[in-house]
Amino acid sequence: MESTQSVYNGLKDAGINFIVSIPCVNLGKLLEIIDLDNEIIHVPVTREEEGFGIAAGAYMGGMKPAILMQNSGLGNSVNVLASLYNLYKIPILMIMSHRGTKGEFMDAQVPMGNATPLILDALNITYFNPSKEDAQYIIKKSWDIAKSKGVPVGILLEITFW
Amino acid sequence: MERIEAIKTIVDQLNDELIICNIGFPSRELYSVKDSPNYFYMLGSMGMASSIGLGLAMAQKRKVVVFDGDGSVLMNLGGLVTAYNLAPQNLVLVVIDNECYGSTGSQCTYTRTVDLKKVANAIGFKNSFKFSINDIIEFEKILKTTGPVFVHIKVKPGNANVPIIDMAPEEIINRFMKEIKTI
Repeated sequence: MESTQSVYNGLKDAGINFIVSIPCVNLGKLLEIIDLDNEIIHVPVTREEEGFGIAAGAYMGGMKPAILMQNSGLGNSVNVLASLYNLYKIPILMIMSHRGTKGEFMDAQVPMGNATPLILDALNITYFNPSKEDAQYIIKKSWDIAKSKGVPVGILLEITFW
Repeated sequence: MERIEAIKTIVDQLNDELIICNIGFPSRELYSVKDSPNYFYMLGSMGMASSIGLGLAMAQKRKVVVFDGDGSVLMNLGGLVTAYNLAPQNLVLVVIDNECYGSTGSQCTYTRTVDLKKVANAIGFKNSFKFSINDIIEFEKILKTTGPVFVHIKVKPGNANVPIIDMAPEEIINRFMKEIKTI
């Protein structure tokens, strides 16, 4: 299956209906598909941290939220993940394009690429590195974990994923 | 007028609106003035109150009032840009502006020289209100105004002598979501 389609299918299987986003070039096609889906409210935001705030409010209002972002956005969101999501036990799916991984053409992406798993570990956030073959299943399963435990769950889509 | 008087004046004019309240003394003062299942006390994540309010307003129909502060709004000015563009009609953003970081010892913010209502108007907010320190806050009129509404209230610096909130975070969110009937 095509990689973008497997992520989208996973989001649909999970019942995700509220998505905040900051674009990454690797997420471009997925963002186009989501914009055409009338069952999903898509909110482009100005900064990832803000997106987490909006998604938390949407969750309180009954929605099933996800964020689409580049891994750089994780660095912008450390405090909101700890002092809002962790504190109040709020679930969210974090779909991250993981730049700075094998095959990266831009050296500037490497430091944050290396730091990303360490930051997730420091925040005690469970994450997965799916392939395009199992992304649909893993994303659905990740939302089940997020919802049942009241936690964010990360999906890291490395450069080789695409 | 200090912050707690502004909060009390507004709360006295509310009915069944949902409130998202800013970190620190604003939440403690609201809690001491009146507690309600309609209130979400944001105990961390400075800057996020307006964003939580935006997401909540988009997700359900009840009116959402955000109590934010000048320091917090300055930390998330992009959030105003998003709120204007998504434009939920049931969102009222109230910025209680004491020109300082009140909860950390009243260090100055830049709102002495930058007018937050002018910022909101420049972003595009059509319905905005401003109250000076001695003005009477007629909030019922604001509640009848189509959102998103931006309300800028100038107050004197100062925190009331009120205790910390003795509710656990999970208790706060669970009570709030039961009130909205989303759990």
